[in-house]
This record gives sequence, structure tokens and C-alpha cells, in this order.
Amino acid sequence: MSTANGLNLTLKVWRQKNDKVKGQMETYQVSDISPDSSFLEMMDILNEKLINDGGDPVAFDHDCREGICGSCSMYINGEAHGPGREITTCQLHMREFKNGETIYIEPWRAKAFPVIKDLVVDRGAFDRIMAAGGFVSVNTSGNTQDANAIPIPKADADKAFDAATCIGCGACVASCKNSSAMLFVSAKVSQFALLPQGKVEAKERVLNMVQQMDDEGFGNCSNTGACEVECPKGISLDNIARMNREYMSASFTADKK
Amino acid sequence: MSWLKQTFTSSIGRKFAMALSALFLVIFLLQHFIINFTSVLSEKTFNEISHFMGTNVLVQFALQPVLIFGVIYHFVMGFVLEIKNRNARAIKYAMNKGSENSTWFSRNMIYSGFVIFLFLCLHFYDFWIPEISHKYIEVLPEDSTRYFGEMVEKFHDPLRVGLYALSFVFLSLHLMHGFQSAFQSVGARHSKYTPAIKKLGTLYAIIIPAGFIFIALYHHLTAL
Repeated sequence: MSTANGLNLTLKVWRQKNDKVKGQMETYQVSDISPDSSFLEMMDILNEKLINDGGDPVAFDHDCREGICGSCSMYINGEAHGPGREITTCQLHMREFKNGETIYIEPWRAKAFPVIKDLVVDRGAFDRIMAAGGFVSVNTSGNTQDANAIPIPKADADKAFDAATCIGCGACVASCKNSSAMLFVSAKVSQFALLPQGKVEAKERVLNMVQQMDDEGFGNCSNTGACEVECPKGISLDNIARMNREYMSASFTADKK
Repeated sequence: MSWLKQTFTSSIGRKFAMALSALFLVIFLLQHFIINFTSVLSEKTFNEISHFMGTNVLVQFALQPVLIFGVIYHFVMGFVLEIKNRNARAIKYAMNKGSENSTWFSRNMIYSGFVIFLFLCLHFYDFWIPEISHKYIEVLPEDSTRYFGEMVEKFHDPLRVGLYALSFVFLSLHLMHGFQSAFQSVGARHSKYTPAIKKLGTLYAIIIPAGFIFIALYHHLTAL
């Protein structure tokens, strides 16, 4: 059923069969899109149309559709997760766009995030960085101490929690002109480094995670601050400064060679 | 790989070293400006300070090599990092709105830096090479009163004054981001003082380059 304020849009979408072949931008038309629908619902409508027409639907990552999982990685009209601040693509609504507008939809662009298909990228680099040190080793002997029994200053707990809200979506990498992963890694370093449980392994953690980050081929931070602006969880550049301090201090004092 | 090499070839180590060289250059630029500014106030004072800087053993053989190393490191590493960063994104976005999330200054440090590099080539050709030649190659007799005249002579040429002024505009653009960025890179960030550092950076980025332009124009105009 057609609605009075339905949007007619031109979509320019990155299409790429797999990681072996080159991709290109393809143009599609969608019509009568409700301004109340989410961006992903609009993509669903496009895909239904493509399937009905016998075409190949656009592959894109999505899961929770409530801004928690960090799956929906789309670079929309020149910004990670499109216009709007502190939102993921699933929280972006079509009311942000004008009737007749052309919308560019691209995958995260970074060598460390190779395209798997269309808008889906492999963010396994983040998993490998986490595996390099983004954890607290716990003795699972059966008499593990209750974390709540350890006194933690409220200010530190708040900062650690703020850092831990990072959902690892990769918008920081996508937005950074250098494809740097510093905001993600610094959030993960900070969420542990600020807490007594994490301090035990803090030096090795930061050295190993930064080493893995560099090995993955992410670029270098030049403090433009684009990551902080585009981060759906508002992770602060304070974390990058903390990681810089932690890393340099650990380099000179850690036992690890 | 030794731990030191590992540290200073890591992404954080490199930016830490970039920031240290930048902070050193910021301090150097301030003292250079103060000395140059004395030329507007007193020919005699300018000559005296210039002679001291040009002949003092500590300045010549301890600080000058550090300065040269700092300048070369900052430029070479700036370009090395730029190449690495460009390589980190093989395919560019068809549509990218950098202005929505970052300043023009921060995104174009390589271009403002390149103009400063070209300026330094001219500046070395104008002052540093003749000075080194005077002292160490031709070994001309010491003259503690020659500096003011040599400088004023360079600013006779309006084209040179124009090039200097243009270069200082780019220096200002570079400092608009670079000053506060250096503090962030060394981890000096706190809600107590970061706003003050940002304000100080903006003031420095305006006052120092504007001051250098004023000095060049002053000597050009007073010699007419």
C-alpha cells in the first residue's frame, strides 16, 4: 500500500561476489519507503525486491537490530552507520533521508577488514587482537574469589564500564582516514587496566594487543578524532591516551622481551 | 628484535617519537621567534644573540645536531606513516565525509607538512647553508655584526617575503592540529588540563606564524 510520505530513493550499493573478485557500485531504486522504518528494514525491502526479480540479494551483517551486537557495518553516505551520532545502522531511521535522495552504501574499508561479500567484511582481526590479551586469566579451581568482594573506586569502575561498552563494530577503523584500530584496542586495554583484576596482566596485555593490532595491518593513529565522533557507544579518546601511556610504560618496565 | 627497536617501530612508539620531535620543534620555533623578534626592537641585540647562537659550542655541537635529527626524523617518519596509512586502506570510499567528524587541519597534516618541508629547503638555502659555508667551509673571519644585514638583505625580495608568508600560513594550519595532537600522543590528556592545552595550541598556531610574517614584512617595508 502506498503512503503519502513514502520515500523514493536511489541506492548506490557496493556489490562484490567474494574476496577474490573486484567489486563495484551498483544502482538500485526503492520506492515508498516508510520514514519510520529502520535502515536495515529498507535494505530488507530492497532484498525482497531483488529476490522477486530473480537477482542476488545484497549481503549485509545484522543480528540484534537494537544497537548492541555491532554487526550492522555499513558506511552510509560517507559516514560509518550513516548520519546521526552514537547509533548503529539498525538504529538509523529513514526519516533522516529526503525523498529523491541518493544514498551511498559501502562496506567498512580497511585492508585488515577484507570484504567477504557485498557489505560483509571479515572482522576476525578484532577477535585475534582480543585473543592476544583482551582477557583476565582466572583460576577456575572452584574457589574463585567473588569480583564484588574487591573494593574499586567508583570513578575507576565508571571509566572501565564506559570503555567496556565498546561493541567491537569497527566503525572506528572505518571512519579513521588511516584505518587505525586504536579506539577499539584502547577501549579493550582500558576496561581491564582500570580494574584491580586486570592490573595483574596489564603490561603484557597492552604489549601483546598492540603487537597484534600492528601485525593485522591497521594504520597509525594521527589523532583526528573521527573514531570518537562516529563511535556508536561514544568511546572517548581518553582511552587512546591511556593506552599510549600504558604501552610506553610497559615497554620500558615489563619483563617480557 | 630488541625491545627498544620493537617499541619504536610499533604504531604507538612511532607516534610517541613523532610527538616528542614535534614538542621539541615547538620549543625550538618559540626560541627562534623570540630571537628573530629582537631584530625588530634592536639591531645590536639581534646581532649579539645571533652571534652567541652561531658560535656557542653547546648550541652548535649539542643542540644543533638534536635539532637536525628532530627535523629529519619528523619529516621522514611523517611521510613513512602517511604511506603506511594509505596502504592500510586499499580501496577508497566512493563517498566519504571526513568533515563531519574531524577538522581539515587534522586530515591534511601531510600537505601542510610538505609545504613546510619545501619552505625549509628555501630557508636552509637562504640562511643555514651560507652560515655553515661562512664558518666551516670558507672559514671567513668572525664578524659579530653581520647577522642583521644578512637577514634584511634576504627580505628585499618581495617574492621571497610572499613565499615566507605563505609558508607560515601552512605552518599555522599544521600547528592547529599538531600542537594538541602531540600531547595526546604522549598520553598527556585529562579533563583538568586538555582544554587549556587546546586553547594554548590555537593561540600558539596563530601568534607564532603571524609573528614571523610580521617580522619578514617589517624588514621588507622598512628597507624600502
